[in-house]
Amino acid sequence: MIERTPILDFVTHALLIFSLVALLIPLWVVFVAASHDFQTVNQVPMPLLPGGHFLENISTAWERGNFERVMLNSLIVAGGVTIGKIVTAALSAFSIVYFSYRMRMVVFWLIFITLMLPLEVRIVPTYAVAADALRPFESMLNFIGLEIDLPQWNLLNSYSGLILPLIATATGTFLYRQFFLTVPDELTEAAKMDGAGPLRFFLQVLMPLSKTNMAALATIMFVWSWNQYLWPLLVVTDQQNFATATMQLQKVVPGPSFGEPPVWNVAMAANLIVLTPPVLVTLLLQRWFVRGLIQTDK
Amino acid sequence: MAEIALRGVRKTYGKTEVVHGVDLDIPHGELIVILGPSGCGKSTLLRMVAGLEGITAGDISIGGQVVNRLEPRERGCAMVFQNYALYPHMTVAQNIGYSLKITGVPKAQRNEKIAKVAASLGLSEFLDRRPGQLSGGQRQRVAMGRAMIREPKVFLYDEPLSNLDARLRVAMRVEIRKLHQRLGTTTLFVTHDQVEAMSLADRIVVMNKGVVEQVGTPADVYQRPETTYVASFIGTPGLNLLPGIIDVDRGVITLRDGQRLAYDRHRWPDVGHGPVIAGFRGEAVSLAPNGLSGRFEFVEELGAAQLIHCTFAGETVIAHVHDAGHLSPGDPLSFRVDPGDLQLFDADSGRRLAGEATVRGDTRKAAPRLVRSRFDASSA
Repeated sequence: MIERTPILDFVTHALLIFSLVALLIPLWVVFVAASHDFQTVNQVPMPLLPGGHFLENISTAWERGNFERVMLNSLIVAGGVTIGKIVTAALSAFSIVYFSYRMRMVVFWLIFITLMLPLEVRIVPTYAVAADALRPFESMLNFIGLEIDLPQWNLLNSYSGLILPLIATATGTFLYRQFFLTVPDELTEAAKMDGAGPLRFFLQVLMPLSKTNMAALATIMFVWSWNQYLWPLLVVTDQQNFATATMQLQKVVPGPSFGEPPVWNVAMAANLIVLTPPVLVTLLLQRWFVRGLIQTDK
Repeated sequence: MAEIALRGVRKTYGKTEVVHGVDLDIPHGELIVILGPSGCGKSTLLRMVAGLEGITAGDISIGGQVVNRLEPRERGCAMVFQNYALYPHMTVAQNIGYSLKITGVPKAQRNEKIAKVAASLGLSEFLDRRPGQLSGGQRQRVAMGRAMIREPKVFLYDEPLSNLDARLRVAMRVEIRKLHQRLGTTTLFVTHDQVEAMSLADRIVVMNKGVVEQVGTPADVYQRPETTYVASFIGTPGLNLLPGIIDVDRGVITLRDGQRLAYDRHRWPDVGHGPVIAGFRGEAVSLAPNGLSGRFEFVEELGAAQLIHCTFAGETVIAHVHDAGHLSPGDPLSFRVDPGDLQLFDADSGRRLAGEATVRGDTRKAAPRLVRSRFDASSA
């Protein structure tokens, strides 16, 4: 379709450019603040052009925030959560779409309803379970009359404690379900005729076909789990070893103690450090899945 | 040996029965075409043989072994689907060789077989391409290669040509026929296209509403249709069917508008007075003065001949003639029907009334083994 609407073109472009600028101004301020020394950044008004202390501030922030350790922690946690989410989402959607069993739709809706119960809502019971992972089973067994003492299994201050409670994902399951529903039945039947069992079909046909889906999910989930703040704060008491990057940020941001001028330049540098990995993941995976979208024909 | 036998096969979805008890014997090496309009249960029947659909009642056996409870992979069938169903993320070679990979055939041996199958289908230069980069006909051939490489006992085709353009369809039809002659594998082919069925089949199974109407050779089905349904479905155009009352004494059939159609009393000695349906091919009609009179509607030009559509006794009659001349809509037409071509059907059941036709061609090449399906109450 060819359209000539110069006025509409102008207005839409103006709106796009305006939104882009509005989006970028805060980031620019962060960058400018991170590039000045302590005195300049506390001037009123703050300069709007970058200064020459950027690398210096970054290295100070890196040292002060123990970022070597916490960035690694965050990468492990975000990576673990992302992989775990993709695996559970794909498997649960596979079960819901490709197998018929009783209560299938009930299961699906149960999973779907958990969208309305994010971690923040159920944080106290989740903490109780994390503190003693086998207790729910113990109470269930006790309830049916078996007096069994299961050993205490504590997930606090561990990677599994940081990762496992975040893995269950209704969004991912739903995304995968929608994708599986678009896979033509004939393809499943062809695989059956070729002699592929369900697991082989899942691994060799469905998974390669869902690459783009996977990339999209990975992007969303990596950013989401990287930004998790409340749960790590709660489950980690050993902040020396298990703190995540977002938790650490709080230590670098100047506290409200009286008479102490805020060290905004270092705080902003720390901010830049922390936001780099999710931005990189988004950029990399986005390019990759756009390319995938162009190549595959459905 | 892979003969297929169906015994009282039924399929119900919830309360609706879509296949009403089919009995069929297919000897080893035969190419059977299941023909019928969409929704007649032909694909369901095929999928039950393949093992993709459960069998509600009855037995299906392949090579003497009842396969009702076997998984698709254990039945020794290979299937070609309507939309090809190639794996989009695999190359042509991987698509063809996937079943061998699953059964654990070593790579070298696998590649050798893939090369051989691809060469026989003219796909050798496309082995590294993906299905998305192939044309419809090439994809179709890849799907056939995927079926061939397993050396199955039975080939199943589910309307494989309906997504191709007309010219390619004819070419692929020939290829399937050749393939069948070369491999001699028992083949079941489902289609709604009667030309495809006529040109491919050793025998045709005509289905309608979940019931087998007739099983027979293409010539048989064309020349001696068992029911009015088969008569009107087979042939382009189908048989002309005119209801009328038979008058045994005078040897005529009185049509609705009072015109009389002569018939040969000796061919139907047992028929008494009463309503019948008279059927005749368009080829049996010739334009002649002082015959039956109808009204011209329009003409379909076929090149070598013309199909004249006219209204006659309240029905549309299509005549296949070679020299229509110039006619304009509404013109009166006078024509004759060759009595030797006439066929009679029972007015109530639509079943054929016995009576040897003296039609062109050999009508005696009847089916080797004809097991007719149960008819449901409405046509009994």
